[in-house]
Amino acid sequence: MSVEQIAGEYNFAYLDEQTKRMIRRALLKALAIPGYQVPFASREMPMPYGWGTGGVQISAAIMVPEDRFKVIDQGADDTTNAVSIRRFFEKVAQVETTEKTAEATVIQTRHRIPERDLTEGQVLVYQVPIPEPLRFLEPSEVETRKMHALEEYGLMHVKLYEDIARHGEIATAYAYPVKVEGRYVMDPSPIPKFDNPKLEMAGIQLFGAGREQRIYALPPYCEVVSLDFEDYPFTRMRAEHCCDLCGAEESYLDEVITDDAGGRMFVCSDTDFCGERRAAGHLGPLGVAENAA
Amino acid sequence: MKDMIEDRAGATDRPLLTVEGLAKYYGGRIGCEEVSFDLYPGEVMGIVGESGSGKTTLLNCLAGHLAPDTGRVLFDRAGQMVDTVTMSEPERRMLGRTDWAFVHQHAHEGLRMNVSAGGNVGERLMGLGARHYGDIRAKAEDWLGRVEIAADRMDDRPKAFSGGMRQRLQIARNLVTGPRLVFMDEPTGGLDVSVQARLLDLLRGLVREMGLSAIIVTHDLAVVRLLADRLMVMKSGHVVETGLTDQVLDDPQHAYTQLLVSSVLQV
Repeated sequence: MSVEQIAGEYNFAYLDEQTKRMIRRALLKALAIPGYQVPFASREMPMPYGWGTGGVQISAAIMVPEDRFKVIDQGADDTTNAVSIRRFFEKVAQVETTEKTAEATVIQTRHRIPERDLTEGQVLVYQVPIPEPLRFLEPSEVETRKMHALEEYGLMHVKLYEDIARHGEIATAYAYPVKVEGRYVMDPSPIPKFDNPKLEMAGIQLFGAGREQRIYALPPYCEVVSLDFEDYPFTRMRAEHCCDLCGAEESYLDEVITDDAGGRMFVCSDTDFCGERRAAGHLGPLGVAENAA
Repeated sequence: MKDMIEDRAGATDRPLLTVEGLAKYYGGRIGCEEVSFDLYPGEVMGIVGESGSGKTTLLNCLAGHLAPDTGRVLFDRAGQMVDTVTMSEPERRMLGRTDWAFVHQHAHEGLRMNVSAGGNVGERLMGLGARHYGDIRAKAEDWLGRVEIAADRMDDRPKAFSGGMRQRLQIARNLVTGPRLVFMDEPTGGLDVSVQARLLDLLRGLVREMGLSAIIVTHDLAVVRLLADRLMVMKSGHVVETGLTDQVLDDPQHAYTQLLVSSVLQV
């Protein structure tokens, strides 16, 4: 074999083999201890922190040439962040990409879980800005690690208490803290709390925080409980509306301002879900049939 | 349990806390040395001495914030004396949340400044597993009332409180879980005299009412005169004199205690 051929088989998907090995080891540990934040030696990536460097490193570490890759940002396939990460992997790994949730094997996401239930064999990779759920209450990393180790999670409820005291309800709408397998309290990344019940799923969920250098994970069918009070139970939150394009009543909606005279519309934040429904003939109040357009 | 020295259950006069030969060194310098004493249930002990005499070091060693170099700190837990120096950290932290309380000199060290007063008081309850918002709030309100903080200030953050109120809030936060032993580090330091008097009055009431044991570190002799049953005078890391408060203050034996007592300004 020539040097080029060997090199061609090495270094698939941007990262060098040693880095991938390091990340995979961290991932295995994270899957073995659900919800536990595993430190890893995050690398510089060709994009700024906050753009998904943690997620990109995980995707690159687990990706194989047969994978079909999908990237969503706030549920949408066509936003800047999603488009540039998808192009990045098309370029450095030559993997097939898709916008269809059902067809993807690896889905990298920011701020949403797809509406369609994931199946066994699918992997969901989250981009995480701040992995530590206790961070804004306890600034010391030494102390928060100790609190995780000793299961001292009273402070997490102080945050929820403050919400109720100030707003009359648990006002935390995203990054809603959860307890995993009765042990670790975890920040599910800034997904809306609407998505929290979906954290118990058939797919593997991997969380990567590039700047904070932490990886954590949820294996399939893992028990994930949203924290709450007995007299203020956890509730999902959703705009009281249906999707204006596809008429979906159960999906998570984005509010879109359409003019400066108070005009607005609600649309599914998951573009693939919305598109599939419209293709199947569902139509919302402001929707236009596909063949008519 | 290996830390248990003997089972003295049944004895009514057994101490709550026994300190034996405690020492803490900072490199070659002495923090405190050869400290031994017993503290009985319901007793309030004062530790006085000048700055740098090792009072705070001693208190931090007792409360588990510092690891002493030698000596034992035995605490009565359900009839058994357990050594809090050698017990595991989770156990010690559990003690710190349940049977023990620590009142800092500066209230901001003992409070969460960006959490409301109610949340501050409720934290210890939630730390022990309370998960009913209404109950937690009712209990917090009750305790704020006991330390004379109006119920309508419950949702204000301690940042909006005066120094005296913060200190009272800190006390409520610590006493809400009904501890048996309270460590206090200069509880009235930095407060003006009228606020001091009110705080002392409040503390004395709470200590008597709840039958608390307390160890109070201070350099203010008036504080120990009012609160403490017994007194320990420290100088250069050593205990130079112990005795009943009135006895030590009215008839000081050691030269340093005499100096200390005579240094108090008479108005």
